[in-house]
Amino acid sequence: MIKDITFGQYFPAKSIIHRLDPRIKLVLSLMFIIFIFVAQNAVSLAFIGTLTLLFVLISRVPVSLFLKNIKAILFVIILTSVLNALYVTTGNVLLEFWIIKITADGVKRALFMSARIIILIISSSLLTYTTTPTELTDAIERLLKPLRFIGLGEAVHVMAMMITIALRFIPTLIEETDKIMSAQKARGADLESGTLFERIKALIPILVPLLISSVRRAYDLAEAMECRCYNGGSGRQRMKQLKLAGRDYLSLAVLVVCMSAIIAFNIIF
Amino acid sequence: MDNIIEVSDVTFEYTDNDNVSTVLKNLSLSVERGSFTVILGHNGSGKSTLAKLMSGLLKPDSGTVTVDGITTADEQNEIEVHRRVGMVFQNPDNQIVATIVEEDVAFGPENLGLPPNVIRERVDSALKTVDMYDYRLHAPHKLSGGQKQRVAIAGIIAMEPECIVFDEPTSMLDPKGRREVMDTIYRLNKEKNITIVLITHYMEEVEKADRVVVMDSGEILLDGKPSDVFSQVEKIKEIGLDVPQTTELLYLLKQNGYELPDGVIATGDCVSELLALLRRENCGNTEC
Ligand SMILES: Nc1ncnc2c1ncn2[C@@H]1O[C@H](COP(=O)(O)OP(=O)(O)O)[C@@H](O)[C@H]1O
Ligand SMILES: [Mg+2]
Repeated sequence: MIKDITFGQYFPAKSIIHRLDPRIKLVLSLMFIIFIFVAQNAVSLAFIGTLTLLFVLISRVPVSLFLKNIKAILFVIILTSVLNALYVTTGNVLLEFWIIKITADGVKRALFMSARIIILIISSSLLTYTTTPTELTDAIERLLKPLRFIGLGEAVHVMAMMITIALRFIPTLIEETDKIMSAQKARGADLESGTLFERIKALIPILVPLLISSVRRAYDLAEAMECRCYNGGSGRQRMKQLKLAGRDYLSLAVLVVCMSAIIAFNIIF
Repeated sequence: MDNIIEVSDVTFEYTDNDNVSTVLKNLSLSVERGSFTVILGHNGSGKSTLAKLMSGLLKPDSGTVTVDGITTADEQNEIEVHRRVGMVFQNPDNQIVATIVEEDVAFGPENLGLPPNVIRERVDSALKTVDMYDYRLHAPHKLSGGQKQRVAIAGIIAMEPECIVFDEPTSMLDPKGRREVMDTIYRLNKEKNITIVLITHYMEEVEKADRVVVMDSGEILLDGKPSDVFSQVEKIKEIGLDVPQTTELLYLLKQNGYELPDGVIATGDCVSELLALLRRENCGNTEC
């Protein structure tokens, strides 16, 4: 049951987007997201939306997965649309009653904002569907490496190490939670009924053993890491060296062209 | 004699909240290079503490521990000690650091700062040695206990240590996993000539050892070749430990007046002793 929670959203497929250098992918995604906000008119936004759909098709990640993510925040989209529609009161009046006034400009604004949020969700999902959490962590650590010049090198390494260990242990802890829950249920613990307070109280016999075993694990892991000569980030070498390939430069070039187009559309229309 | 580890006159105590408990008392033990030593003893007899002293995780309160002639007590020697003596622990889950098998195996060599291509070679060869090469891109949490433990072993041998200390490596595994791990350990000793110190409470794992050390309340009770140690069945039973089933069988028969040798461990040896006994007995009763 609880095991079904999949961690991260990686969808394995063979596409050029999957194979891009994670550093490039992260930087490009951030730039892309900024440009969703730079796009100031319908033409620019339509252009950036078309690009997003194109990238989705190239990635070979099923479209239904993206729809699932959009559905998850449907409420936010509707709320934003309604607020925007109410807020903008210029232009042709389409509907007016009591203190509510809906105008053509308001509807345009609402559609524009919704499209923006949907494109934002799709493009950020595209990053997490095509990049493993490990690759992302690695990319962040390497991208932040220059921070060592202001004395933050070790901090960056420690943060990346912590994320890696968390990613490594989340499935293990989920499995353990499942086991403890079954054990407590076998002893007659009732986790599904009762008032909220009773249900929270019923969680204590699950959380306490979990906490104790996590502390135990942390001690063990620290000893195992020490045995393997772990001494922080300094002097550490990596087996996998990231190296930019032709496709990385190509994607960078494509993005620069697209961004110039968006700026041009912003000015022209 | 060439010893990789020398523990001499070591005393060790744990202090928590002003409670001092002396776990090891004036203990001395040396481990010969290339040998296979098994340490037995019941829970709380100080086996894990001794293992951590040998691998440099703990420092003695008095006495010295040296690894390849290097004193472990010196902070500066820490890395040099760890790269010579690796350690594999009981719980396979709690020793795997990374989310991909090959990246976990690379962790040790990466810490040593070796060049990337050397790390790659060592990782591939370590994974092949423990027969996990086909799983190099898998996520560790999806492996079986025996497989995880073999990945943990690969992570140690990728650092190319002289000696590996195993602290009850099979006690959390099912019989299949136990066999896989034990086969791997024997292979490391025979083929890679790595010195093995194995702490266990499974008697059948003693059979192939060169030497058995029995610990009791922080002291060494018995130390010698397996056949010599298991000749002293009474002494072992006195401290509440078992002997291998074969040894036990012959011991009981001997108690009942049959003429049999002490300290037989291997099943094959036991069978031939019993056959010889039957033949002798038959000859005694009838003409042959
Ligand atoms: N971290 C610790 N702090 C305090 N006491 C400990 C600690 N670890 C072990 N001990 C105590 O030291 C004794 C020996 O433990 P250990 O070396 O783990 O024995 P073994 O591995 O043979 O079971 C036990 O009595 C145990 O309670
Ligand atoms: Mg122990």
